[in-house]
Parts: sequence; structure tokens; C-alpha cells
Amino acid sequence: MRKILLSSIIIIIGITFIGRLSYLQIFRFSPNQVMEDPAIKAIYDYPERGYIYDRNDKLLVGNDPAYDVMVIPREVKPLDTLEFCGLLGIDKEKFIKSLKKAKTYSSRLPSVLVHQLSKEDYARLQEKMRKYTGFYIQKRSLRYYDTSSGANVLGYISEVNERDLAKNKYYIQGELTGRTGVEKQYEELLRGRKGVQYIQKDRFNRDIGPYKNGSLDTLPIQGKQISLTIDKVLQEYGEKLMVGKRGGIVALEPSTGEILSMISGPTYDPSLLVGRQRSKNYTKLYNDTIANPTWDRSILAQQPPGSPFKALNALIALQEGVIDENTTIRCYNGFYVGRKKRGCHCGGGLRNMNSGIHKSCNAYFAGAFRKIYDKYKSTDDGMDVWEKHMKSFGLGNYLGYDLPYGQKGRIPSKEYYDKWYGDNRWSSSFIISNSIGQGEVLATPIQLANMMSAIANRGHYFTPHILKKIEGKNIVNPKYTEPKHTTIERKHFAPVIEGLADVYRKGTARWVQIPGIEVAGKTGTAENFTKIDGVRTQLTDHSVFVAFAPVNNPQIAIAVYIENGYYGSRYAGHIASLMIEKYIKGEVTLKNLEKKMLEKTLEHEYAKPYSGKEFKINEYVW
Amino acid sequence: MSGKSVLKRLDWLTILIYAILVFIGWLNIYSSTFTEADQSIFNFSTLHGKQLFFIMASAIFVVIVLALEVNFYERFSSLFYLISMVMLLGLFVFGKTVAGATSWYDLGFFNLQPSELAKVTTALALAKYLSDIQTDIKRRKDQLYAILILLIPVILIVPQPDPGSALVFFALIFVIFREGLPLYYLSIGLFLILIFVCTLMFGTIWITIGLVLGLILFFLLKRKNFKVPIFQVAIACIATILFSLSVNFVFEEVFEQRHRDRFSLWLRLEKDPKKLEEIQKTIGYNTYQSEKAIESGGFYGKGFLEGTRTKGDFVPEQHSDYIFSTIGEEWGFLGTATVVILFTLLFLRLTSLAERQKNDFSRMYGYGVISILFVHFFINVGMVIGILPTIGIPLPFMSYGGSGLLFFTILLFIFLRLDSNRLKESF
Repeated sequence: MRKILLSSIIIIIGITFIGRLSYLQIFRFSPNQVMEDPAIKAIYDYPERGYIYDRNDKLLVGNDPAYDVMVIPREVKPLDTLEFCGLLGIDKEKFIKSLKKAKTYSSRLPSVLVHQLSKEDYARLQEKMRKYTGFYIQKRSLRYYDTSSGANVLGYISEVNERDLAKNKYYIQGELTGRTGVEKQYEELLRGRKGVQYIQKDRFNRDIGPYKNGSLDTLPIQGKQISLTIDKVLQEYGEKLMVGKRGGIVALEPSTGEILSMISGPTYDPSLLVGRQRSKNYTKLYNDTIANPTWDRSILAQQPPGSPFKALNALIALQEGVIDENTTIRCYNGFYVGRKKRGCHCGGGLRNMNSGIHKSCNAYFAGAFRKIYDKYKSTDDGMDVWEKHMKSFGLGNYLGYDLPYGQKGRIPSKEYYDKWYGDNRWSSSFIISNSIGQGEVLATPIQLANMMSAIANRGHYFTPHILKKIEGKNIVNPKYTEPKHTTIERKHFAPVIEGLADVYRKGTARWVQIPGIEVAGKTGTAENFTKIDGVRTQLTDHSVFVAFAPVNNPQIAIAVYIENGYYGSRYAGHIASLMIEKYIKGEVTLKNLEKKMLEKTLEHEYAKPYSGKEFKINEYVW
Repeated sequence: MSGKSVLKRLDWLTILIYAILVFIGWLNIYSSTFTEADQSIFNFSTLHGKQLFFIMASAIFVVIVLALEVNFYERFSSLFYLISMVMLLGLFVFGKTVAGATSWYDLGFFNLQPSELAKVTTALALAKYLSDIQTDIKRRKDQLYAILILLIPVILIVPQPDPGSALVFFALIFVIFREGLPLYYLSIGLFLILIFVCTLMFGTIWITIGLVLGLILFFLLKRKNFKVPIFQVAIACIATILFSLSVNFVFEEVFEQRHRDRFSLWLRLEKDPKKLEEIQKTIGYNTYQSEKAIESGGFYGKGFLEGTRTKGDFVPEQHSDYIFSTIGEEWGFLGTATVVILFTLLFLRLTSLAERQKNDFSRMYGYGVISILFVHFFINVGMVIGILPTIGIPLPFMSYGGSGLLFFTILLFIFLRLDSNRLKESF
């Protein structure tokens, strides 16, 4: 016992040490140690962020130089704070606060002390900077906008926050990243890759020389120049028309799925989110929760689509063979669901497909919708078929476009109704509102535009996308260049498109005809409600218009959704016609319409629910 | 006896391990003091140059140690002990102060650290006393004398202040145990350390609860006819709880904040990870840096002269007490594991050499050598890899330092000299 006591202790200690060493050097060893090593300093070389052009290579976004004052807290020597703050143009408290924040982040990594000096401040400061050890000026480039439009599409860049830092190891404090829109979506393309140079330091933070003779150093990779599918002229024109209105517009090129315009009203000038006034402006925009200018309605606003849905229901009924174009259904200035009558504004009488569409007859489409369901043994089966057809148009799910945000919209399924009413406790009469685009269906403007694009192409669409070229070369992503086919056969499109063309020729949109251009369109008027002091209150209808033109060689498909704009041909119809003409002809001859749209605003409608007084809706006077 | 026969009977395995350790040590001292400006090896103004000089001086002393008559060491051990104690006393008058500790004599070309010498002489003196025919370690009085031999240098070294070196002398208790000091001394000592640590980690209340639960379990499981000395058990329990309470008192009232911080760092008493990191970076700066340096070496290490933290001098005292962290950073797990295995082999080899001695004095001195070297290795490496609190003592044969290398070498080679004579029962 006594003889082996010491030997046992020696062996146990040896094993313990080897265990501890394997924990330290094998388990806890992190291969990413160059970044964490205090003995190595990284000096970054930032490439310029890529420029953004429109589809015709007109500049949208470029860069402006800016100068940040950086600090490395542990290198800071005692200084004349008052004089320095005077040079920087900030007060002492802010200086101390910023310095403390920088210290919390890291005492040896640089942090931004003062953002984006003006050129004058920079000139004044530059020569005196040597006096202040631990501080230096870093040149950066800021975004410069060659347009006042497209704020939500283009997005903006801002400094990385703690979440970004934790998520992506590429970034360090103070760097910029795309926050929304194209800037976020194509962050890596636009950003390029910063170059880095590693320097060996000693404990007192003095440079000793390049780390590993510079073998790990990298050169910066330039950000890519990209061209968007956006048409700058059309985008700017559309935003001009949207002043004073809320809603979304999306225009697509049906033959490619390229997004020509994405407009959300109200919007803001993208330059507001650049420079030292940025945070003030941002707070103002962000706090406007009623008009919500930073919320991109063109892709995020899910609304009942209204009558444009009738075109799809017509196509489904034809595909299912439950009607043909000559089938007639009588309109009794409305139709009956059980004993309850639902109204219709078409004038009444016998309706076939053509007149059903161009007069937007509710009774005709309720009848057709019912026939689809009656074809199948159970409502469940009918629902499945209807849902499948609807979804083949890109509705009820994310479209897959290349922007960072989106909404699914809603195409209800049988499960959805089972949850509401119970299994088998509902029938086609419960869901009849879907036939006219009310009820449970919801869609975003970009989904409606895509739906029109599919009709314009007679049965297929290309996934909408915003990126056209990288460094002058067209994109080749098959996701955007291969067509998606709908479940409707090509032959069924002709009568429906004829009906849509008649909407323009003699139907609900005859007031907004464009000379020389044949347009197929559909008006929509969507009822909507809000809660005022807990009471469900109806507001003025939303004005909806979808169209494509020219009918036989479609160049543009468009969806316009104007909140509380009343009936379809009013605001939405006007704006759609003006944009179609602007895009196809390059100029606008409908001066009357244009004048009206530029002058009229809907602010009085938007003020109603907040007025605290009784108010009328759907007033006929403009 | 001719010199040739001594060489033949030396244990060359031990010498080989010794030489490898000294070489690895010097290589890493070179790396941690290396600068681009001065790359020559034989520059005695640099630390690695000086260490090379000490290595050569040690070689000369090895020759002297081996050349001397074997019974010289036993016969004069009391005198050596006396001389070294006088030298320790003399420090209070003539000592040179370096970094706050008055532990050196300034000999001009070289600072002599008598506490290093005292390690050798105390081991000799203890072996001499225990091997004396009149000493019976079962007697209380003789136990006391034996322990007094250790305590005198401790008492002289603590006020320098150099508590780390003083601690080393307690390792010699192993020798007394080997020769028959009842093991309950060791058991009680270990038990008190356990209670000390547990009190800091869990508090007196949990220790009391643990004791009560243990007693209940004991009474449930004991054989029926087993008589329990109830009175003694009760006394032991109360004493334990009192000790635990006194630990609390000492920790809170007697210890200073820096001591408390060392313990809260070691036992991870601080539960708030942010505060723990703060302590790690201030009080535990050395340990934190050395741990990080070792960790960053990974399995294969960064390569000789490639350690970034070594080059940047991030670990303080890296060439002396923290030399092991250089090995960790530049040679990785392969290097550190090799060194640990080499030391373990050396200690086991020395243990088996000590056990084969026919002469009591040689065996006891051998145990003294192992105890001293082992406790250095244990405390130093334990501290550098962060499992023991910071106690500044060197790693034998490897750390920079003239006195250290010289006296560790003498310590070891006196034993090898004795071993070479093991076949003769008396001198």
C-alpha cells in the first residue's frame, strides 16, 4: 500500500493532465482562431458597393463618399475631450456614451464613434486627427439615389446590429448591410468581399510585422453592378400618380415575368434614409403606423381581390366542362343563396360568359361556381379541384420572387372550412362569395398581376423577378426563365380574354379606354371593414383593376389596388390605363385622366375612420 | 572506486529523459524570448543564451556530483542542512529583492536562490534522520522531529514572501509516509481539504445535510452486531461542521479579495458568466492567457517560432513559470502530451529505482527527490492549464532560471550517484 501510493498518484495526475489538455486543445480548439486571436489585428479594405441600374441601364443607385470617425478603445490615451468633441460636432455626454458602447463591444476591435461626417467636418478634422491616438477616420461609401422613387423596392442599407453579427460571421461592428428590398436580397452581390490584411501584434498592441508573411491576407472583391427589371420611367410615373392614395401597383412583362414596376403608396424618398439625418427620418417613417410608408403594399397587402377573380372562376368552370361560352344563367338583379338574396349591379337578365364578364355579373359567376361543385360527389372533392386550379396561378402561396419579403395570400382549402364549420357541415353555398373574389380569398397585388400575366400568356407564367443583369450579363436562373404551367388548357382562354377585352370596349371599364391600344382588363370593387371602437364598420370599397395589353401581343400585365377608392374603374382603372399607355407608347395622351389622377387624393377617405364622427361611404361625387 | 564503474552503473534511462526535458525546455525558452533582431544562440545577453550557460554549468556540476565519494552526502547532510538554513536566514539581511520577493543573493554574474538549495539539503537531512537507527517513526516525538525538519525551511521561506516554494517542502511528507507515518494523518488532511472545497462550493448547510444523510445510510446498512462508537462519531461530526463554519469565517473575514477571487475563479464559485469572465481577465489574467495560448495550439500546434500569442508576449512569465504554455501553443497536444508522459515516466522510473535500494538512506532520499520534483510538476502544469489556482513555482528542468536548473540537476544526480552504489550495503 505504502509502496504504490505515490506511483498511483503520479499516474492519476498524468491521466488528469492529459484529459484536461485534450479538452483544451482538441474539444475547445476553434479553427476560426485567427479572428479571435488578440495577437493578430485585421485591417480591412472595403470595396465599393455595386451600383444598381434599371432595365434600360439608367442609374438608380450609386455611391457617395462618407467619413466615419472610428475608435479602438484600448489605444485611447487621455485627451482634451472638450476640444475633440468640438471638432467632431457632438456634445460630451454623447461622446462618453459612444465610447462606453464601443468598449462594451470590444476594447481592441474598432467601433464607429461618429457616423458620416460631412465633407467640411472631414476636412477640418483630418489634419488634427494625429493628435488623438486610438481614433482614426475611415472612408466609407454611402448610397446615392438618382431617383426619388422605388424606396421600398430598392430597400436601404444600415449598420449591422447584434443579431446580424451573431448570425453572420462575415460582419463586424459598424459595417453596413442591406436591410430591405433589393439591397437585402442581393446583399452579397452588391457588397462584394472586403479585403483583409493580418498584422502580428504584441501584448502592448504594437505592430510586429505581417502575420505569416501575409499568406492569409486577401484582396477585396468588388461589388457587382446589377440591373433590375424595373423601368425607371414607369416606376417614377406610377409613384407620381399614387400621391395621396394608399395601395399597391405591380406591372409585369408577361413574356418574361420581369417586374416593370412595384409601387406602394404612400412611399418616401429613398435619400431620406442616408446620411446623418437617417435615424431621425427613419423614426418618423417607422412611427407612422397608419399610412405605413415603409410597408410595401405591392407585395405585403393581402386583400380580397374582388371581381378580377371572376376571370379565374370562368376558366375553371370551362376547364371542368361544367359550362361552355354559350351557357346562360339568369340574373334576378342578384341571386339566391337558400332564401337569402345577394345583389348584383349588372342590370339583370340572361347572361352568358361574355356578358357575365364584361358586365361583371355576380349571379352568373355564383351559378358557374356552384356547377363546379355540383360536378363532384362531395363538396370536399370539388373544393380540392378548385383549390388546385387556383393555386396553379400562383395564388395562396409564396410566388418565389427574388425579394426578401412576401405574403401567401389565401386560397381556402377544405381543411380551412372544416375548422370553421366542422367536417362535412358546409356546402358550396357557404363559400359562394369566393366566386366573386370576396369571402375567404385573399391576394397581394403582385399575385394579381401574375394571375393576369398567366391569362395574357394563355396558360403559363414566369415567376416574377427583379434582377435582370449582373455586370451586364442576363441572369440564367431556371427558376425565373422556365415557364410554370397552369392547370387550364390553352383553348379555354380565348372566350375569357374576349370577355376581358369587352370589359374595355363596352363593359365596366369603357370610361378609361386608351386610343390605339387594345386592353383586356377587369374591374373589381372589394367590400372591406374595419373596427372603430370595437364596432365592425364598413368603409368605402377598395378600387381594384387588373389588365394586360395589347390583347394579342401582351407587353404588360398590371394589377392596381387602391384602398377605399370605390369602384374598380375609378382610381384603379384610371391609373392602370395611364401606366399601360405610358409604358407602351412612352407618352400619355389621356391628359384628362392624368390631370384627374394627379389632382385627386383619397386623404379625406383615409381620415374618415379617425374623425370620430359618423361618415358616409361610397360617395358618388369625386 | 573508479569513475568508469560509476558510469557503467548509472541509470541511463533517467539521464536520457532528463536530457530530453532540458532540451525541450531550452527550445521553448528560445522561442518565447526570440526576437527577429537577435537570432544567435550563443548570445549571453539574451535569456536563452543565459539558460544555455546554466545548462553547461549544470553539466559540470553533474560531473562533480558523480565524482564525489558516495558516503559524502550522507555524512555531511546535517551540515549542508545547517548551512542552507543559515543562508535562508541571511536573506533577511543580505537578500536581493526581485519582483517583491527577497529570495536571492546577488553574486554579480548570477542570482543565487537559497530556497532551491534548501530543497536538496532538506531532502538529504530528512533521509538521514529517518534512516538513523535510533529513529522510530511510530513514536510521536520522532514524528514531530521529522516534521520539524520540513517546517524550519517553510518558516524561513514564507516571509520572503515566497509561499509557493514553501509549499513544496510539505511534499516531503510523502517520504515520512513511505517510512511508516500512520496513514490517518493523510486521510484527515485529505478530508479537511475536501470539506474546505465543499464548503466553498455548496455551503455549510449542505455539508450538514450530507453528513446526516450519510449517517442515516450508515445505520441502515450496518451489520446488526456492529457496535458504533457513538460518542466518537458525534465528536467527529460536530468537529466537521465547526471546521466548515470556520472555513466560511476565514474565507470571508481573513482572506483578502484577491485570495477570494483566486478561489472563486478556481472553483467557478461565481455563477454569473459575465462576472466570471471579468475575473478571468483581471485576477486570472495569467491563467486566462496561458489557457488561451494552449487552446489555440490545437492538436498539432502552430509550429516552432510560429506561436502568435508567444510572439506577442501575451502570457506573462512565459519563459519561466509559464513555459508549458509555449509548448502548448507551438507544439500542440502532441507536444504537451509528450511532456506529461515524459515526466510521468521519469517519476515512475525513479520510484522503481528508489524501491530497489538496499540502503535505507538512499531509498528515503530517492523518495524525497520524487516528491519534490512531482509536486513542482503537479502545481506548475496544473496552474498553467487552469485546474489549480495560481501558485508561482517553476517546472523542473524546463523553466528558465539558473538556481532552479542547477539545484534540480544536483537533486536528481545525487540520487543517481547513490543508486550507482546500490549493490553495496554500506559505504
